[in-house]
Formats: sequence, structure tokens, C-alpha cells
Amino acid sequence: MSDQPILEVKDLTKAFGGILALNRVNFHLNEGEILGIIGPNGSGKTTIVNCITGFIRATSGQIFFRGKNITGKAAHKIADMGVTRTFQIMRPYFSLPAYKNLVIPLFSPRAKRTGGWRGGGKLGDRNTVGIDILEEIGFERDSRVPYKKASSLPTGYLKRLELARCLALKPDIILCDEVFSGLSMSEIASMVPLIERLQMDGVTLIMIEHRLRELFRVADRIMVLNFGEKLTEGTSDEVMANEKVKEAYFGSEEVEEVMSYA
Amino acid sequence: MNTEQQRKERLDRGIKVRSDGLYALMGWQELTYLTLPRLVLILGFLALPLVMPSMYWNRVITIVCIYALLALSFDFLAHFVGLVSLGGAFFIGVGGYLSAIFNTSFGIPPMLSIPMAALSGAIVCTVLLLPCLPLRGVYFAIVTLMYPLALARVIEATDILGGTDGILGIDSFPNEWVEQYSVILLVLLFLFAIRRLVNTDVGLVIRAVKDNDQAVRASGMSVNFYKAGAVFIGSAMGCMGGACLVHVYMWGGISLFALDFSILPIAATVIGGSGTLVGPVLGCLILVPISELLRDFGTLRIVFYSILLVCFVVFRSEGLMVYGERKYHQFERWVKV
Repeated sequence: MSDQPILEVKDLTKAFGGILALNRVNFHLNEGEILGIIGPNGSGKTTIVNCITGFIRATSGQIFFRGKNITGKAAHKIADMGVTRTFQIMRPYFSLPAYKNLVIPLFSPRAKRTGGWRGGGKLGDRNTVGIDILEEIGFERDSRVPYKKASSLPTGYLKRLELARCLALKPDIILCDEVFSGLSMSEIASMVPLIERLQMDGVTLIMIEHRLRELFRVADRIMVLNFGEKLTEGTSDEVMANEKVKEAYFGSEEVEEVMSYA
Repeated sequence: MNTEQQRKERLDRGIKVRSDGLYALMGWQELTYLTLPRLVLILGFLALPLVMPSMYWNRVITIVCIYALLALSFDFLAHFVGLVSLGGAFFIGVGGYLSAIFNTSFGIPPMLSIPMAALSGAIVCTVLLLPCLPLRGVYFAIVTLMYPLALARVIEATDILGGTDGILGIDSFPNEWVEQYSVILLVLLFLFAIRRLVNTDVGLVIRAVKDNDQAVRASGMSVNFYKAGAVFIGSAMGCMGGACLVHVYMWGGISLFALDFSILPIAATVIGGSGTLVGPVLGCLILVPISELLRDFGTLRIVFYSILLVCFVVFRSEGLMVYGERKYHQFERWVKV
């Protein structure tokens, strides 16, 4: 592992009109780690993902991937470099069967170069590779699930399909935008080892989550955002002990006092 | 009150299930079931020029095929790429003028100038439409509608390319048989080529652009690149039609930019069944001759025409081809709920 961080974000700022969605956020990501980003609704978590992956343009600040400046690059070029993302609201190709959903990312230049997940530089038949990836991500190969239309799949499988689309590109980084939300406890229980296995395979992950219990299990480091600013950063215990974090999530003591008089 | 309700149930015919995939090789019945519709279409088209009663109707068949190319282009762009194009007139105009220039100024024979005009025209159209490809929604439709109007006025005002008189003295096809079979073969060729294209992996990506362009970007592919490629294919078909048209009329002028070329293909797609590719071709085969038959009524024909269209939109909005496919592949019965 080199000492240079795989991803470095410097003074990232994004303004939507007069509202600062992100205000001078700095953080870095080491190769092979899982960084959790938490924060109340509207704190700018998804905006960070959108800025890093090029889906929206940052107002100011810089983003470096392996030392190269990727600020302002087109989304498909950033994905081509290996920085992939999932969408919070799942975006599969609804009219296609699940495995055909993967034929599309497997058609991309990056998948042709890398051979896709476990491809080892050589891309086989796209349909077969697609089903292989689906099996690894938790679609039962011998069932009919991989052949079902995406529109008839339940949320749990669609979240997995989002991850599978990233895996088809053989990514260096996956930015997961709430892959646990909307899942049942048992679905999450099977998702956690999946994330851990991805980390063991050398993928670096940023995970945006509201499910703190599961996130704290997998994440090496946690960053807390509030109103577009970085509150604190550290291990899960450090973060939970932090007064500012409690304030952001549960309101300040003054507010509680006022409420108690009312 | 009778509370018993009935529901229409649709089931696949046994033969459809039996002729899926490799099982089609089971016997002649299954093979016939699969190939008959295609054979009827191909042989029907090839026989058309032979059964027409007069030269006039032979010419109508040529016009049908040119409109069919436009309708194919519209259906491909609208239902597989998600770009609603009102650019039929634009494609016809660019292809027509280019072929006319190649033929009259450089003396290139029609059989060579038509493919040349299709290719160069497609390049011109794609480059001119590039700026509006990143936009979503109706903007593509507006721009494609604006170009033919603007180009016609530019030619009229600046008196270039023959001005309002148009370009005269364009060579015709060697004879009427070559003319008709060229356009018929072009329609069949593009029809089957596009059908094949949308089912390949590239076609899957193109369709994905329509379904969900954000996911395509997240997969590391440029949405605009694939849109531009699709526009190139679509406009090549249209320009091919326009190039054929000037050699049929032996004249090319600003009427090539007429709005009919944009509107009729859309009407034909509605009637034939959008997204089926065969449907729009059949739609042209119905609409263009009807429009000719109604010529006796003068301007009143527009009224009949509109009524027919409204009836189709209201009563059979799915289109003839979707309806026909359903009847061919499935049977229906009423069941008690």
C-alpha cells in the first residue's frame, strides 16, 4: 500500500444558488479502507458523491485521484478511471432482465480493458460474465432471479444490481450512496459480509449511510457532515463520543431546555 | 345487479412456445410459423411493382418506400434512442440537395451519388445536431423542426443552389425497374439491419441511453457519443430517401424541406405501431396510397386524412403491428373472475 491517498478532496465547495450544500470540505481516502460518511438529511452527503463522480460540477475546490486532478472531468471519464458510484434511488434499466443490465457496463471501454470483475484483463462472453458477477453479489445462479426483468425485482436485489454495475467496471473506488437503506434486517445481514469481501478484494469504498450500527461494523473511519461542513472525523467510538455530533443529530441542549419549559 | 365480472385472458399459442429458440428446428410447422411473416413481408414488397395497375401507381410505390425510410428513421430515433425527431424534412432536404449537387456539378451517376449523399448528408446532419444532443426533453424535436424551415428561407433569400427554381436537369434512375427495386431493397435492408442492430450489445447500450442515461454515464460511457452515432444512422436513412427522391423527380428545390416529410412518418408510426420498426413501414404503405386516392377531393382530403388519424389514435393507439403480433402469437378468451 502506498502512502499517497487514493482520493484526496481539497476545499470542496458546492453552491446551489445561495445555498452552500458543501462548504470547504477536506478529506482523504486511503487505498483499501472503508470511509463512512454520516450526517442528518440535507447535510451534503450525496452532493459529495455527485461532485467526486462528475455528475455535478463543484463550485470550487479540487479532487485528486491517485494524484491526478479530476475536478471538472466528465462523469463517464471519471468512471472510466475506476471511480464508480451507486445511486441512492436505484437506476437499473427496468425493461431489461437483470443479467442484461450488466451487459451495458461490460460494453464500456474500461470493462474491455480490465475484463470486468475477476476478468483478469480478458473479457469473456458478456452474458456469462454478467451472470457470474450477479452470482457473486448474491443473485442465486440456478434460480430465475438473474433472468427476471429489473422492473419486477425487489429493492434488495436492485441495490445489489447497483453494486454489480460498479463491479462490472472492475472499480478502484465505489461510492455507495445508501446501499443499506430500504432493506430488511436479514437483507442487510447478508449485505455486510458482501461489503467486507469487496474490501478484502482490494476495493476502496466510501459509504453514505443512515444505518449507523451496520456502518460502524464495516467502516474503518467515519466522517460526519452537517449543513455542508465537516464536523469531525475518526473511528466510530470517537465520533459517537463527540458532543458536536450529538448536537447535530439530536439538537443542542439549549433547544432541549427551551422545549422542556414549553 | 349482476356482480359477476369477466376478464379477458391472453395466453401464448402453443406453437409460439414450441418455436422458441432452438426448438424452432423441431419441424416444418414451427419453422413456417417463424418465417412466414418475414417471407410475406419480403415477397410482398418485391411483388408490389409487378402488380401495380399503372405507371402512376408504380411511382406511388417509390414514394411509399421513401416515406418508409423516414418512418424507420423516426421510429429508431424515438423509440430506441429516446430522441423525438421532427427532422424528416431536414434529412430529405440535405440528402436531396447533396445528391443533386453531386450529380449535376460533378457528373456522378445516381447509383453512386445516392450512397455518397446519404453518407455526407448524415455527417452534415449529425454535426449540425451535435449541440442539442446533451439536452433532454423536447429541445431535440424543436431544433430538428427549425433547421429545414431555416435552410429553406436561406436558400430562398440568398438565391444559392438555384434559389426558388431549384436544381434542374438531374439524372433519373436508369429505368423504372431499377428505381423501384432500389428503393424497395433499401427499405428491406435498413429494416432488417436496424432490427438486428437494436438486439446486439451496441443496440442494448443505445436503448439504455433512452432508458436511463445517468446509469450509462456511471458505467463509463459517453451518452453523447452513442446519441451522435444513432443520429448518424437515423439521418443516413433520411438522406438516402431524399437522395432517391431528387433522382425520381429529376428536380430538387426548396419543397424538399416541406413539413410533410416530418409529419407523415410520425403519423405512419402511430398507425403502424411504434417501436416495432415493421409497423411504420406498413403505416406508410397504408397512408401514402390513401393520400393519393383522396387527391380527387382536393383540399378536403386533409379532413378525411385527419379523421382517419384521430380514429387510430383514439381506438387503436397501440398501432396495427402490435395488435397483429398479439393476435398472431396469443389467443384470447373470457374467464369469470
